[in-house]
Amino acid sequence: MTDAGRLIPRDRTAHPDPYDPGYKTSVLRSPNQALLSMESTPTEEWGPTFGHDQLGPLDNNLILNWTKGEAPAVGERILVHGHVLDELGKPVPHTLVEVWQANAGGRYRHHKDTYFAPLDPNFGGCGRTITDENGYYQFMTIKPGAYPWPNRGNDWRPAHIHYSIFGHSFGQRLISQMYFEGDPLMRYCPIFHTVKDRGQLDSLVAPLDMTMSRPLDYLTYKFDIVLRGRRQTMFENKPEGL
Amino acid sequence: MVQPLTRLRETPSQTAGPYVHIGLMPTYAGNPGSVEKEVGTSPITEAAKGERIEITGTVSDGTGWVLRDAMIESWQADAEGLYAGQEGADPGVPGFCRFGAHAETGLWTLSTIKPGTVKLPDGRVQAPHIALWIVARGINIGLMTRIYFEDEEEANAADPVLMRIEQRPRVETLLAKKTGDGAYRFDIRLQGEGETVFLDL
Ligand SMILES: [Fe+3]
Repeated sequence: MTDAGRLIPRDRTAHPDPYDPGYKTSVLRSPNQALLSMESTPTEEWGPTFGHDQLGPLDNNLILNWTKGEAPAVGERILVHGHVLDELGKPVPHTLVEVWQANAGGRYRHHKDTYFAPLDPNFGGCGRTITDENGYYQFMTIKPGAYPWPNRGNDWRPAHIHYSIFGHSFGQRLISQMYFEGDPLMRYCPIFHTVKDRGQLDSLVAPLDMTMSRPLDYLTYKFDIVLRGRRQTMFENKPEGL
Repeated sequence: MVQPLTRLRETPSQTAGPYVHIGLMPTYAGNPGSVEKEVGTSPITEAAKGERIEITGTVSDGTGWVLRDAMIESWQADAEGLYAGQEGADPGVPGFCRFGAHAETGLWTLSTIKPGTVKLPDGRVQAPHIALWIVARGINIGLMTRIYFEDEEEANAADPVLMRIEQRPRVETLLAKKTGDGAYRFDIRLQGEGETVFLDL
């Protein structure tokens, strides 16, 4: 891609504070010092690119990809779809979207996850896709289960899917989580509530999308993602002050 | 009243959580074969031009405890200071890598080539550096920092980012220390004494 201008400075009020005592692990893992402000440089304006040649045919189907199509995972079958856009509303095409999640019982395929919900032998919990030329993506999976976690006395994670998105520059890098409309556990989740702005919180909740649900097959949830944008003006790339 | 500004807000970050590796580094997490072809397994290919280097380090919390569950991404230029995608960039340097700490020692290692200086559009020059992005359980929004090299004194002295650091002793937190031929050490401290300088851009 060509030089497309400086990144719009990140609006930190759109995000959680690094330090949030409700989420105990953040207490010792958040910087005390102010971050160093700077304008983006080519380092942050360029970024890795990934092509469809890096994707396998089942990478975007978490129901089938762990068994390579031999047997389906247990759970409520869902399609998740949406657009990746930037702050200016422009679609972000050809960008890698990676997801990971617990199985239908709320258990991750990870050696540190000791929750006694059983592992599903047919579910890995990892998938990915690349947005098309309109910034659109979709993948098939099962609805993940809620799970308890050690934080305060009785904390549970609402059902959620972890997302990792690249955009086209290293400075756009984002990891987030998608939640499901109507889940009562969202009200109690300290990780969800690290986001303090109500509108921003709502933007993490995917609505049930009946128009895209397939009868007798799957329900669909819609999750749009917004990445940082880039300025494009005729005054870019001149020495400061000129 | 005024016209509405039709701008969207960035999707808020959420922690990568304790299981980030099953999604982004499945082989490291013990789940090989989760996806067809993992990304970021090495920042260079055999054909990469430039000096081979190995950087080793840790990520520690506010008590000095070394994390075992962080995931780090690195992004760098080739030996001439060009990024993958830029015209004339070395095809042997995809420039992007993912790595995690060793389960027992907490040490991570990045094997790569030393990047060149990077020119800014206004003519200033950035010293050789590798951009890092760190995520983990307890990190609510990924932390951006850079590895510079202590043996690039002249370039470091003119680097626009390093020059912005008011408290000069903190510059040290961004300098990889030379420990041998092509070997460097870089420890990341998330909080407290010797806290690494993190970037806001
Ligand atoms: Fe989770």
